[in-house]
Amino acid sequence: MKLKGRVWKFGDNIDTDVIIPARYLASTDPKVLGEHCMEPLDPNFAKKVKAGDIIVGGANFGCGSSREHAPIAISALGIPLIISKSFARIFYRNAFNKGLALLEADLVDEVDEGEEIEVDVATGVIKIKSREVIAKPIPPFMVELINEGGLINYLRKKLEDRQ
Amino acid sequence: MGMTITEKILASHAGKDLVEAGEIIDARLDLTLANDITAPLSLEEFDKVGAKKVFDSEKVVFVLDHFTPNKDIPSAENCKLIREFSRKYGITHIYDGGACGIEHALLPEEGLVVPGDVVIGADSHTCTYGALGAFSTGVGSTDLTYGMVTGHNWFKVPESIKFHCYGTWQRWVTGKDLILYIIGMIGVDGALYASMEYTGEAISDLSMDSRFAIANMAIEAGAKNGIFRVDEKTLAYVKDRGQRPYTVFESDSDARYREVFEIDAGKIGLKVACPSLPSNVKDVEELGGTHVDQVVIGSCTNGRLEDLAMAAEILRGKKVASDTRCIVIPATPKIYLEAMRRGYLETFVEARCIVSPPTCGPCLGGHMGILAKGEKAVATTNRNFVGRMGHPESEVYLAGPAVAAASAIKGSISHPLEVA
Repeated sequence: MKLKGRVWKFGDNIDTDVIIPARYLASTDPKVLGEHCMEPLDPNFAKKVKAGDIIVGGANFGCGSSREHAPIAISALGIPLIISKSFARIFYRNAFNKGLALLEADLVDEVDEGEEIEVDVATGVIKIKSREVIAKPIPPFMVELINEGGLINYLRKKLEDRQ
Repeated sequence: MGMTITEKILASHAGKDLVEAGEIIDARLDLTLANDITAPLSLEEFDKVGAKKVFDSEKVVFVLDHFTPNKDIPSAENCKLIREFSRKYGITHIYDGGACGIEHALLPEEGLVVPGDVVIGADSHTCTYGALGAFSTGVGSTDLTYGMVTGHNWFKVPESIKFHCYGTWQRWVTGKDLILYIIGMIGVDGALYASMEYTGEAISDLSMDSRFAIANMAIEAGAKNGIFRVDEKTLAYVKDRGQRPYTVFESDSDARYREVFEIDAGKIGLKVACPSLPSNVKDVEELGGTHVDQVVIGSCTNGRLEDLAMAAEILRGKKVASDTRCIVIPATPKIYLEAMRRGYLETFVEARCIVSPPTCGPCLGGHMGILAKGEKAVATTNRNFVGRMGHPESEVYLAGPAVAAASAIKGSISHPLEVA
């Protein structure tokens, strides 16, 4: 998967309460969740983002609750990828399970907000201007899961095989 | 090389004699949990998968605790969906209405989790059950669906960090102060992906309620689980409640740890985590005079009997400051009843506290005590992120029950000695 998109920068410890505040969790509608994505940090974030844009974060992105509404809200805005120094573990699993790609690389000081970068998700090669940064490879087990089309497709196939 | 308690539990559930940190395993589950926020997404996935049944209708638990008693129409619809699913698939453990308590206080109390279990829950504080010597961890709704259908899930065996605590606890200090101290020391990602294991004489001296509070906040250090050795207190707790046979696992003396911390319990005072990270920890004495608009005593961290007893002791015969609101939330119906029998609820109401039914409510800014712009709260809850309890410009200070109760009386962040 090769992606090209504008960068939105965030700092360390971006928690799920700012990704999608709990007061909106009575909804499971991706559109509603997307509208409130990152609202506590920037009430206009959802309006400013374009499909294909990429989030760049610092350490421990997605810390806090297990709410899968968080990756759903980000994906609903058309954001296909987050590149962060590190990710909180529940968010990491949830994102892959919901088809949102994550790469581990420390880019916060490498890119400017709004700058366009090119990313090859499979190889982890990130092109910034004329430079290249290589992200930490996605664990082989996660790659296998992605190749199966995510956890739910994997499970559906498994159940069909049994019947 | 020996194994840690976490490695032993995971190995036993993966049908293996030995597992190592970093290894990916497929483990059998003893219980799965979801609540009224996370279950609806799980049930959507359940339909997509085309599953005909859950793996075991007695091992799939739903607790409708977050936005209940329902705060609005969408949250009421979510609960209705879960009730209908439970009827259709014969789910025996759905906790609703007057049977509902805050999930992580309720499940151990009901005896649904026993030592040696592997439990996943679509709620990040599922790590609470580590206090019982079980492996339990939070997952998202999709992972939960996989577990509900197959009775299995995959795990990366975590590295372990040992916290060895010795010495004698100071007056008013509880497990909450220890976990805040630790998170302040190692940071909100200090145990990322790892297991936090607690040992030592000072840990043996802690009540089960304090151990639950410590295990509960493992996630606030980024950990996969928090876990305690099973001792006489654990066995006594389980004896009165446990619904299933159990196995006691114990770490080997030559088990491998990524890091070992030695902690002198006697040096830990009353701690407060300042806005807006649980790692922003200070001693209560450093914060004197900070005005608070609201105090919340409750949650899956500190809504248990020990917490209410301590708060009642401090509030007895006193009044909540006139420009401060104090909300007390007993975590389960049994805790509520016992607090009533012991006169705590009377103490709270006479002190002009609001006594709420069991609910997660204000902890996550759901309902029952939302903060306005610029307001500050002291809460015995577990997260103080930006906007967690309401307006993005409101602030939450995390503390144990003694500081919370004293702060309610003074109307500012206070040590219990200041109101004695």
